[in-house]
Amino acid sequence: MQFGLSSEQTLLQDSLAQFLSDQAPLARVRQFAERDEGRATDLIVGLTELGVPALLVPEAHGGLGLAPLDACVVAEVLGRFVAPLPFVASMVMVPTALLLAASPGQQQDWLGRIATGQTLVGAALSELCGARQGAGVNCRDGKLNGRALFVLDFEADAYLVADSNCGLHLVAADAPGLTRQGLETVDRTRPIGELILADVAAEPLPGANTQVCQQVLDIGRVVLAADTLGAAQAMLDQAVAYAQQREQFGRVIGSFQAVKHMCAEMAAHLEPSRAFVWYAGHALRDKPDEAHLLACHVKAHLSEVGQALAKSATEVHGGMGFTDLLGLHYWFKRIGFNRQMLGTPERLRLEAARAQALTN
Amino acid sequence: MDLTDGPEHQAFRAEVRAFLAKHKDQAPPPGRGLSDQARTWQRLLINHGYTARAVPKVYGGAGQAPDMLKGRIIAEEFAKAGASTGLGGQGVSMLVPTLLELGTEEQKQQFIAPTLVGDMVWCQGYSEPGAGSDLASLRTSAVLDGGHWVINGQKIWTSTAHLAHWMFCLVRTEPDAPKHKGISFLLFRMDTPGIEVRPLVDMTMKANFNEVFFSDVRVPAEQIVGRRGEGWFVANVILKNERDSLADPNQAAARLQALTEIMKSETVDGQCLIDQPQFLDRLMRLQARVMAMQFNDLRVLSSRLNPGQDASLARMVVKLQGTELRHEIEGLAIDVMGEGGLAYGANPYVRDQGSWQATYMFYLGLIIGGGTSQIQKNIIGERGLGLPREPGLGAR
Repeated sequence: MQFGLSSEQTLLQDSLAQFLSDQAPLARVRQFAERDEGRATDLIVGLTELGVPALLVPEAHGGLGLAPLDACVVAEVLGRFVAPLPFVASMVMVPTALLLAASPGQQQDWLGRIATGQTLVGAALSELCGARQGAGVNCRDGKLNGRALFVLDFEADAYLVADSNCGLHLVAADAPGLTRQGLETVDRTRPIGELILADVAAEPLPGANTQVCQQVLDIGRVVLAADTLGAAQAMLDQAVAYAQQREQFGRVIGSFQAVKHMCAEMAAHLEPSRAFVWYAGHALRDKPDEAHLLACHVKAHLSEVGQALAKSATEVHGGMGFTDLLGLHYWFKRIGFNRQMLGTPERLRLEAARAQALTN
Repeated sequence: MDLTDGPEHQAFRAEVRAFLAKHKDQAPPPGRGLSDQARTWQRLLINHGYTARAVPKVYGGAGQAPDMLKGRIIAEEFAKAGASTGLGGQGVSMLVPTLLELGTEEQKQQFIAPTLVGDMVWCQGYSEPGAGSDLASLRTSAVLDGGHWVINGQKIWTSTAHLAHWMFCLVRTEPDAPKHKGISFLLFRMDTPGIEVRPLVDMTMKANFNEVFFSDVRVPAEQIVGRRGEGWFVANVILKNERDSLADPNQAAARLQALTEIMKSETVDGQCLIDQPQFLDRLMRLQARVMAMQFNDLRVLSSRLNPGQDASLARMVVKLQGTELRHEIEGLAIDVMGEGGLAYGANPYVRDQGSWQATYMFYLGLIIGGGTSQIQKNIIGERGLGLPREPGLGAR
């Protein structure tokens, strides 16, 4: 038995971390956020050189053919660096949907372009887990009508759009009848937006159904949980480092139990979460019977752990934690984003109960 | 990540399941202490290699090659079947591993076999009224007088002292040495003259532990484990094991399952408890936390099998997280039962012999015992995260 990451996975994490630490330090993240850059082309090129867009694409289509756990490994690093990069939709959920439901011709057409980073595809799937503000997309006679909110990886060349019957469709960003509207959120590291569709001709995925949509959501949820794991670890590391050097009353504040115990509680909640994310990522491929339940639970759990940790880590920094100057809020908001998207904790726990037939 | 059982372990799991299917009815009921049935079950388990696995046969154990995966399979399958994994207690879980590691050949021959089958029951004399979290400041003294140690002082929180035949005990033998270096680890019979045991009733209204007083208690000089002044080291060999065993996530999972069954079968105002959204949400929250601790446990086990994997922080948080989690699981069971959650003792409406209230309170005891949650947080903060010790407390 070997419960943990392989040496290849550790290597992937290390090289991605090295790249982001060189090319995407906090100053670069700030620049992206403050200038509304939308698409950080230089960073996407670097990400492509590391093979990240090709991760889940099969080798037959020019990809690496790796597993969902590898995507979690990547997401953890992206969260650690609050990386302003597309990932969960374009490089995870969309390739997963294409593999599960696209025709061979569609796979041929799309997967190769995704693997090389040439084409980014956003995901308009929020209405699958909670339609708000009257949003929703209908498909009739091959045409899409309606609105899709909170579209992930919004700065994209095309979108995967869910309709109200769990059909999935590919829509080009410049398709006639499609209007795109960026939506500002607290997390400026990942652009999201709204699609307004008026008689848009779309390309349906022939194999799409409830089950496929479920699996696409599940992998997205586990990957967001992994992103929170990385972001929360970064916040804890910063809090501990600060507590080791900041002095008050003639002592470093980390020697006070009031502060030390906050740090210990953060670690005590986060460390078991790491094993949870690994197991849920592993289950997506290797334990399909457990995968859905785990995906609901791991995202709900990491959302709770992440939220509490983001608050405590900010508090350990005192007034500085509250400032823009320190930039700790980028992680705080990243964790908040992951909590709200693809199902909030209460909703996921209800889904978890239903997955076990505990309630209707 | 490779979580498959190899062919050998698959076969072993099948063997354990077959054993349980055949013999499960002979298992003693949980939490009922040392009975003849428990002793018979223990011997059966040793004969099949399901408990005392790695203890050599010459000392009365099963004499199997150490195999943590098989140990885990046994724990998992027995927990699923709700069958006891054999005698616990401080003799089996703490003294036997200590003697195997540090005892003399004579001590191993004399003590291990009768301890394993429940014929020799032990209690642990560590805490004192003035030495709780700061255990190393203990003051019970032992002075060498010819061929005997002469012990004076007092212990407290001594579980099962009223039932035990023997005690393993930390005493101060080198009063002039620094506090961690003046302690020795002694073994003695509880019927030695000069020992008085007074029961201490805890909040569950049972006298699970005691105060033990020593007045000129004379103990043969050779009944020491390790050398003079090395008792702190001897005790620490096993203290970590004790902490982990207080927070077994497989037991938490079994308990959560029992709670789920109550919620599925009981109603309030004619509605099933599980269909009450507030309770269901709390149940699911706890289920996720149990899962996190189960996978954490797998990771810790894996780090022992695969040198080079570091899971030291993962291990350090087990006692803190696991005991708090159990306390909350038991507490939710009380809450879902409403007024019925109060039922205790002879109340005709009591569920499961009052075990939910009893365990709810008992786990508060475990949050405090074996190193309080606050001490655990110091350990995590200092050894896990590298934060500095409180100034003025000196080096550890």
